[in-house]
Amino acid sequence: MAEREEQQRKGISRRGLFGAAGAAVATGVAGYAAHSVIATPESQASDSSGPVEFHGPHQAGIVTPAQDRLHFATFDVTAGKRDALVSLLKEWTAAAALITAGRDIGQYGAVNGPGEAPPEDTGEAVGLPPARLTLTIGFGPSLFVDAKGNDRFGLADRRPAALADLPHFIGDTLDPARSGGDIAIQACSDDPQVAVHAIRNLARIGFGTTAVRYSQLGFGRTSSTSRAQTTPRNLFGFKDGTNNLKLEDTAKLEQQLWVQPGDGPDWMTGGSYLVARRIRMTIETWDRTSLSEQETIVGRGKGTGAPLGKADEFDPIDFEAKGADGEYKVAKDSHVRLAHPQFNNGAELLRRGYNFVDGSDGLGRLNAGLFFLAYQRDPRKQFIPIQQQLSRSDVMNEYIRHVGSGIFACPGGVQAGSFWGEKLFA
Amino acid sequence: MITIPTTRAVVVALPVLAGLLLAGCAEETPQAAPGDTTGPVAVKATDSECDLSRRDVKSGTSTFSVSNGGSKVTEFYVYAEGDRVMGEVENIGPGLKRDLIVELPTGKYHAVCKPGMVGDGIRGDLTVSGDATPHADSDAALKDATKSYQRYVNSQAVALEEKTTEFVAAVKAGDVAKAKALYPVSRTYWERIEPVAESFGDLDPKIDARVNDVEPGTEWTGYHRIEQALWEKNSTAGMAKYADQLLVDVKTVVAKAKAVQLNPLQLANGAKELLDEVATGKITGEEDRYSHTDLWDFDANVEGSQAAVQALRPALQQRDAALVTTLDTNFKAVFTALEKYRVGDGFKPYQPTEAERRELGNVVDALAEPVSKVAGVIAQK
Repeated sequence: MAEREEQQRKGISRRGLFGAAGAAVATGVAGYAAHSVIATPESQASDSSGPVEFHGPHQAGIVTPAQDRLHFATFDVTAGKRDALVSLLKEWTAAAALITAGRDIGQYGAVNGPGEAPPEDTGEAVGLPPARLTLTIGFGPSLFVDAKGNDRFGLADRRPAALADLPHFIGDTLDPARSGGDIAIQACSDDPQVAVHAIRNLARIGFGTTAVRYSQLGFGRTSSTSRAQTTPRNLFGFKDGTNNLKLEDTAKLEQQLWVQPGDGPDWMTGGSYLVARRIRMTIETWDRTSLSEQETIVGRGKGTGAPLGKADEFDPIDFEAKGADGEYKVAKDSHVRLAHPQFNNGAELLRRGYNFVDGSDGLGRLNAGLFFLAYQRDPRKQFIPIQQQLSRSDVMNEYIRHVGSGIFACPGGVQAGSFWGEKLFA
Repeated sequence: MITIPTTRAVVVALPVLAGLLLAGCAEETPQAAPGDTTGPVAVKATDSECDLSRRDVKSGTSTFSVSNGGSKVTEFYVYAEGDRVMGEVENIGPGLKRDLIVELPTGKYHAVCKPGMVGDGIRGDLTVSGDATPHADSDAALKDATKSYQRYVNSQAVALEEKTTEFVAAVKAGDVAKAKALYPVSRTYWERIEPVAESFGDLDPKIDARVNDVEPGTEWTGYHRIEQALWEKNSTAGMAKYADQLLVDVKTVVAKAKAVQLNPLQLANGAKELLDEVATGKITGEEDRYSHTDLWDFDANVEGSQAAVQALRPALQQRDAALVTTLDTNFKAVFTALEKYRVGDGFKPYQPTEAERRELGNVVDALAEPVSKVAGVIAQK
C-alpha cells in the first residue's frame, strides 16, 4: 500500500484533450491548464465543463462559483488505528486530484485493467468532462473525541474551540442517522453523474477504514458565490443568497470566512468551518399560502427578489421603512431581517446550499427541502447565534424543519505533494 | 483458463462405530501407543478437549484418527497459517471415529477440534518436520490451492448430505423440535459451498429459493418452504414431499460437487460471491425470515469464503503480501463481530437493531473489498 501511495499516479484521462497532461496533475497543475490559461473564477463560472484547480491556498469548493449539483457524504471512521486513517487520507487526496482533473482513478482506471480484477475506477464518468468538480473535506468533532470522551486518534488536543458542538436549536427534530459524522466530503459539479462518481469512488477506497454515514444529493444551487452568477431560487420559489458573501469580496472573506493565523490551532489556518443542515420544507402547505404572506415571511418580492419596498434585487434593505398601516415593510419576524448581519453583530455566512427532493414521504408529499451548507470563520460567532435567533422568531419556521445537522472543520488548501489534513496529523 | 488435472481426493472419512471391533478390517486404524513417533495420530475429542497422542509428525502423508467422546457433533481441522485448511473432517457425531488422511509439508500448523461446529474451536500446535517442503513456485502453489479447496468442497458435500438426511428424517417423523434444531446445521454445509452449488443451474432455486424467488406457476420447494411450516405453523404437516424432494436435490448437488473441477480464479470469485451473499441476503435478514437463523448462514458463508481465500494464501503471499495481511485482519474482524451473537453452539435469532445491522454491514464491506481484489492478483502472470 505504502509503495502505491508513493507512486506518482498518472491516471487515465477521460478525454483525449488531457492526453499529455498526466504528469502535470501530479505536480499540481491541472491537466486543463496545459491547454489553456489558468481559469479565473469568473471564467470558471461560465465554463461548466472545465476543471477547477484542486490545489491552492484554500480548499476548492468553498468560494468556487457554486456548481449546479451536489453529492455530500459524511463518513464514520471504523478503523481504530491512526495510521490507517492517515493512509486513507493520502489515498483519497491522490484520487481527488485525479478525478477533479477529469481523470480516472488508479493505475489502470475504469476499463484498462486486467479482466479478472474489479476495475479501479467505477467507470460511470468515462467520457464526461471534469464539469467543475470540487471535493472539499471537513473533520467533525467526533473524530477528535467520541461520545464517550475517548481520544480516538490522539487528536483531542488539536480540536479547535471553534469546532463547537452545535447546541439544540428550538424546533430541531434531528435524525441521528442524518447527523454528525467523523469526516465530511462535499462534492460539487455541474454534472450530477460526476459528483456521484466522486463520492462513490472515495467511499469505495474507504471501505475497511471508513463507512458512509449518510449521503445527500442536491440540485439547483440555492446560492451564488460570485457576482458573475445569477441568484438561483430555492424550493419556496424565492431567490436565495442575494446577500451572500462573494468570492470577489476578498477583504470580507478574510474577516468572515477564512480562519486567520492565531484564531486557533495552526492546522486550521486558511480553512473554514462548515455547518450542514438538512432542512425539510413542507412545500405543500407553503404552496397554499398567499403570495403576499409568502413575501411577508421572506421579506422580499417573489418575482424580483427585491427587499419589500424596493425595486431591485440588490437594493439595500430598508429595515426602518413602514407601510401605510404603520407596520414595517420588512416585518420584524421576517426571515431576511432576522438573518441579516445588521441584527447579528455583523456576522455573515458563505452559503452554498442545494435543493433536494428525495422522492416522497409515503404521505403523498414530496420529501423536499434545502440542504443548507454554510462556511464561516467561527461558528460560535456566526452560525450558532444567527440560528438561535432564527429558531426563536423566524415566521418561516412554520414551513421548515431542521432534520439533519453537522459541523466540520475544513482545513486550509492542499499543496501538491501534501494531503488532506496533513497538518492536523503532523 | 487454467485446467487442473483430476486428482483423487486425499481425504478419506470413515465412520467407525466406537466399541465395535471390525477385526481384520483393513480400514481399522491401530491405536497409536504412547511415545510412538510413527503411525496414526490419535485425536481424543470431547466437548472441552482436543488431545493429540503426539504433536510432531513427519512431513508427507499423515493420518489423524479422531474419536468423539463428547456429547456434541465435532469437526477436526488441520490449519496452516491464516486458517488455511490443509485437511478436515466434518460431522463427527458423538461416539463416532473418523480418519483424516492429509499430506503436510514441513512447517507449523494448528490441530483444531470444533465441538458444536462453531467458532475458533480448541486449538493446539502441530509441528511437521522432514524433507517434504512446500512448493516454492507459484504455479505449483496454485495447483495445491485448487486441490486443497476441492478436498474442502468434498468434505462439506459429504456432511451436507448426512445432515440433510437427518433433517429430512426429522421432518418426515413429524419431530418439529428436532427438525428446527437440524435446519440451521444442515444449511451450514450448504452455505459454505454455495457458489459451487449455484453453478449447477436450477438446483439452487429448487433447494434454496425464498418465497419471492419463485416464478408464478412454479412450485416453491426446498429448505425455506419447510422452514416456513416449522416456524410459522410449528408443524410438519404436508411437508413430507418437500422433504423427500430436498434430499433428492441435495444428493444431486453433492454428486456434482464431488466431481467439480475448479480453477484458482473460480476459487477467488467464489470467495467474493459468498460475501456478496452475506452483504445482500444475510445482513438484511431475508434469507431465514421465519426462523431468524440467518447468522448461521452468515457465519458459514464467511467460513466458506475464508476457506477459498486461504487455499490461495501461498500464491497470494508471493504476489501481494500486504493483501494477505489485510485479508487476515478483516476476516478476523467479521468473526469477532459475529461472536457477540453467539449462544452456546448457535446464534441468537437475527433480529438486529439498525445499529447492529450497520456494524455487521461495515465489517462485511471492509472484508469484501479486499476479497474482490484476490482474483486480479491470482491472474497476474
